[in-house]
Amino acid sequence: MGTTSPATTRNLFEQETGLTSGPGLDPSAVAGYPDHPPRVGFFTDTSVCIGCKACEVACKEWNNVPEDGLVLTGMSYDNTADLSASTWRHVAFIEQPAADGDGDLRWLMASNVCKHCSQAACLDVCPTGALMRTEFGTVVVQDDICNGCGYCVSACPFGVIGRSETDGGAHKCTLCYDRIGDGLMPACAKACPTESIQFGPLDELRERAHQRVADLHTAGQPDARLYGADPADGIGGAGAMFLLLDEPEVYGLPPDPVVTTRDLPRMWRHAATAAGSIIAAVVVACAGGRR
Amino acid sequence: MKRGGEKAMVPDADFGSYYGRPVVKETVWGPDIPAYLFLGGLAGASSALAAGAQVTRHAELARALKCGAAGAISLSMVALVHDLGRRMRFVNMLRVLKVTSPMSVGTWILSGYTPLALAAAAAAVTRKLPRAGFAATAGAALLGPAVASYTAVLLADTAAPAWHEAHRELPFVFAGSAATAAGGLGMLTVGPGRARQAVRFAVIGAAGEIAAKSLLLQRLGATAEPYQTGRGGQLMDISEVLTAAGLAVAVLAGRTRVGAPVAGLALMAASALTRFGVFEAGRASARDPKYTVRPQRERLADAASREQ
Repeated sequence: MGTTSPATTRNLFEQETGLTSGPGLDPSAVAGYPDHPPRVGFFTDTSVCIGCKACEVACKEWNNVPEDGLVLTGMSYDNTADLSASTWRHVAFIEQPAADGDGDLRWLMASNVCKHCSQAACLDVCPTGALMRTEFGTVVVQDDICNGCGYCVSACPFGVIGRSETDGGAHKCTLCYDRIGDGLMPACAKACPTESIQFGPLDELRERAHQRVADLHTAGQPDARLYGADPADGIGGAGAMFLLLDEPEVYGLPPDPVVTTRDLPRMWRHAATAAGSIIAAVVVACAGGRR
Repeated sequence: MKRGGEKAMVPDADFGSYYGRPVVKETVWGPDIPAYLFLGGLAGASSALAAGAQVTRHAELARALKCGAAGAISLSMVALVHDLGRRMRFVNMLRVLKVTSPMSVGTWILSGYTPLALAAAAAAVTRKLPRAGFAATAGAALLGPAVASYTAVLLADTAAPAWHEAHRELPFVFAGSAATAAGGLGMLTVGPGRARQAVRFAVIGAAGEIAAKSLLLQRLGATAEPYQTGRGGQLMDISEVLTAAGLAVAVLAGRTRVGAPVAGLALMAASALTRFGVFEAGRASARDPKYTVRPQRERLADAASREQ
């Protein structure tokens, strides 16, 4: 992920790909909103998450997301298991032996959500245009257009978006598009009792996140780190960043996600060469001798 | 929901995971898709070979291949629509053209190719409108190879590690596999001894496929595992045996009444199994978090060591 500046990343990315879903800090402008409100997102500070799951419930209630099975998984207090078409906020519970070695428990809790990537693979690969970039820089599925092809499901580097078995369409977090348009906070952030989930303009959130990490380091929490806050990372920076207390993969997050379409120009070139090789094979097969 | 049976696992020592659960989602595509990968490849490569056969005046082979291509691409369309979560909305694919979406590009390639393949077959069967038939044959021959190879990009442009990491070789595996199948179709459908072009085409295709596959396995390292183990590995192995057997029969007994169709069927089956094998390998690689986490960890470690 390194120390590349956002501007350099943007230029390199555009040179290499010429893709429409632009990187950097202003995906709305790239998507064609010349005058748009500031980009908004989430900062989920897992160090103050208490695992109450109010976010999961508030999300389901506000967005009318269907129930998806009341099952015990055996994974600590986590009975939701992962993000899916019917789970748009998911609280992970990790039980670890505490560092003091006295047999105490360190209990990590983290509310996961769609990252609203600056370079969103789901949006790139969607063949119908159902997935779109909003004026707020978020990524939303237009349910009346989605034909349920399922491509976005395989493209997401975080395993966020899912296809519903009930209605056949793809669904994920909308960052409460209907609420933020009216100046309201997304339901999960509103319901969070500890302000573990913070909503706001992304620039402010990023500043606050860096400050929080610095504070935690000073307070003797060297494990604290940011995830998704670097615009030079493989997805151009996330619209939903996290403060974690362990490696990302411990929470089920990929340590170095890269948008799959970054390699697409190269893939097209290989496919074109391969298609050409079929024609060459025809020439060779048909040219040699009669019969 | 398969949550009930989920149990807390002890993760591998060298990488952390969340209860061993996948990081990326396994594809929701069903067997329709690998079936389409095979049928689309068969159709595309058949159209290309048909044009070659027609130009060199092998009318019987050209006609058989055109009919095969028309049939295969028609079945492909059924498979593609059938796999959608909302089938009545298949036409939404034509709302936009997005170069960032291989599925969108593929839809437009198919929209150009399919009518041409059908027209070429219709002209060959009815023996009417020979000029239009020739134009359709030529058009289908140009677009057919794209139909056969773009599907590799369709798979590679995902987060499934075994698909994405194979993006260099996969188009060549698919192109070779498509030629193998089309050659097989030629052997199956025309009289023994009249399919020499088809035999040669299959030999070239199979050689290309095997070479691309071995490159793929070499370069991918640990990510190649799903191509070698489990269901994916099994299917790939059977495909290789069938390819070898099909080629041996084609070369040794390709001019006999029994040998030609047996070789043809074996080669077509081998091509289908390659596609199902690749499909299963991608699924397996998405299911196990180690295929997602380990390469990313290595990448971070490399980047860190470069910075020092």
